[in-house]
Amino acid sequence: MQWETVIGLEVHLQLATRSKIFSGSPTTFGAEPNTQASAVDLAMPGMLPVLNEQAVRYAVMFGLGIGAEIGKRSIFDRKNYFYPDLPKGYQISQFQDPIVGRGRFEVQLEDGSTREIGITRAHLEEDAGKSLHEDFHGMSGIDLNRAGTPLLEIVTEPDLRSAAEAVAYLKALHSLVTYLGISDGNMAEGSMRCDINISLRPSGSEAYGTRAEIKNVNSFRFVEKAIRHEVERQADILEDGGTVAQETRLYDADLDETRPMRSKEVANDYRYFPEPDLLPVVIADDYIEAIRESLPELPTDKRHRFMEQYGLSAYDANVLSDTRPLADYFEAVVAGCGDAKIAANWVQVELLGQLNRNELDIEHSPVSADALGGLIVRILDNSISGKIAKQVFEAMWQGEGSADEVIEAKGLKQVSDSGALETMVDEVIANNSAQVEQYLAADEARRKKLVGFFVGQVMKLSKGQANPQMVNELLAKKLV
Amino acid sequence: MAIEQDEIEKIAELARIRIDADHIGDVTRRITDILHMVDQLQAADTRDVEPMANPLDATQPLRADEVTESNRREAFQAIAPAVENGLYLVPKVIE
Repeated sequence: MQWETVIGLEVHLQLATRSKIFSGSPTTFGAEPNTQASAVDLAMPGMLPVLNEQAVRYAVMFGLGIGAEIGKRSIFDRKNYFYPDLPKGYQISQFQDPIVGRGRFEVQLEDGSTREIGITRAHLEEDAGKSLHEDFHGMSGIDLNRAGTPLLEIVTEPDLRSAAEAVAYLKALHSLVTYLGISDGNMAEGSMRCDINISLRPSGSEAYGTRAEIKNVNSFRFVEKAIRHEVERQADILEDGGTVAQETRLYDADLDETRPMRSKEVANDYRYFPEPDLLPVVIADDYIEAIRESLPELPTDKRHRFMEQYGLSAYDANVLSDTRPLADYFEAVVAGCGDAKIAANWVQVELLGQLNRNELDIEHSPVSADALGGLIVRILDNSISGKIAKQVFEAMWQGEGSADEVIEAKGLKQVSDSGALETMVDEVIANNSAQVEQYLAADEARRKKLVGFFVGQVMKLSKGQANPQMVNELLAKKLV
Repeated sequence: MAIEQDEIEKIAELARIRIDADHIGDVTRRITDILHMVDQLQAADTRDVEPMANPLDATQPLRADEVTESNRREAFQAIAPAVENGLYLVPKVIE
C-alpha cells in the first residue's frame, strides 16, 4: 500500500536575552556549572518570578513575523512533573492562552516550489537544567545554569509530508528567527531543539493515523534521519497488519534508530493550572504596532524581491537570502558591479565555496563585498577573462590586495592590443602548418571545430590573457 | 462527582505522596466530599463570567533584560547535601 507521511513539529527556540526569563541571572553559554543559577533558578523558598520584557518582545516579533494573532492577554501555567533538573517541581509554561496564536509560514522546497505551513501557536516557557549521568559514585550531577533560560515553543499544524519538507521548514524557521535577531539559532549549543510528531495514513485517506513522538532532536541532519527511520518502522508495522502504538520515542544518533522511552521517562499527566505567582500579561496595541514598525525585511519578502528586482531563480534567491549578512553582502556586490546575475554566481560558487572550505562565516570573509564587486567590474569591462578572474580571486583571498592591484602586480590584464595579438596568431599559424592544411581542406562545419585548436594555442601562448573574441576574429582573417 | 480509589493512588504517585493502605479509603472519602462541594459550585450559572486566571485586579509588571544576579554558588552549595565539581549530586535518575 502507498502511505502518506504526516508530520508536525514542536521547536524549542532559545531566545537571545541577556538574562533569564524570570530572574536576573545571565544566560551565557558554557559557564562553569551552577555559576549562573540564582535563588529563583534554584527554587529557594519564597522566591518569586518576574517576567523579562525582552522575552515578551521577542515572542511578539516572532508572532508578527508569521502574521499571527498576538495574545493580548496571555496567561502562564504550571506544568507539573518531577525531575531533578527542574527544582521547583513544575515548569512555568503557557497552556490555555499563549502569547502567539495561529499563523502561516511560507517554506521553499529543494525544487524551488513553495508550501504554506500552518503554525498552531507559540508560547513562552522556561528551560530546565541539565542532568549529567556520568558516574558520580552512582549519583547524577545537576547543572542549573540553563534553568530559567527563555524558550519559545513553536508548534506546527500536521502540514509537513516528508523528511525533506520538515528540514526545509526548520531551515526557513532558522532563517526567520536569525533575521529577527530573537535567537542566535546555534544548533550545536541547543538553541533550536525539536520534537517530531509523526504518523502514516493510506494515501488519499483523510483520517490521521496513530502518531509517535520523537523527543529532543537537535540537528537538521538528525531530524531527517530520525523521520526516515520512523517512517520505515511504522510502514513495516502497518504492512504486517499491526498497529502503531501512541508513544514517546528517543532518536539514538549513534545507532540511527528510534526506541521507546522508558515508562519512567514519560509523565504525560502534567496537571496544568494557572501560575499563581504571575499575573496575566497584557500587551497593548501600541506596543505591538511599535514592534511591527521596527521589523526588518524578512527572508520570504527578501527572496521574492531578489527574484523580481534582480531576475534571480527561486533557488539562487533562496540561497542568497538565507542569512541577513549574506543577503547584505550580495546586495553590496551588486551595487559595486551593477550585474546581479554575475554577482549571484560569484557569491554562490567562488565565495561560498571558499568560505565553506575554510569554515568561515560571511562576516569573516577575507574578500569584502566591495572588493568582489571590483573584481567583477574587471570581468565586465573585458580587462580579464572569467578564468583569469578565478586566479585573481584566489590572490585576493590570500590578502594580496584589490582586484586591480593583483591584475597589475601579476600582469594579468587581458591582451586586447591587436598588434600584440597578431604577432601571437602569426606565430601559432607558422608553427602548426599541418593543422593549417587540415583546416583549409575542411568544409565550413568542420572548420568551426578545428579553429578551437588555434584559439587554444594562442591562449596558451598568452598565458590565458588574450582577448578570446579578438583572437577569433584575427584567426578568421588570417586562416584563408 | 465521586472519585475511585485507584485514581487517588495515581494522583498520589504523580505528586510523590505516600498514602498508607489503611488510610487510603479515608482519603478517598474526604476528597469525594470536597468534590461534592465543587459540584455545587459548578451548578452556578457562569455563562457571562470570564474565566479568572488570577484573583488580583492587576497585570504582570515586566522587568528590563538586565543581569542583576552575581555568582553565589559557594553560598548555595554550602547547604546542599552533596556537590562535586560545581554540580549538585542527586540519586541517579536513569539506570
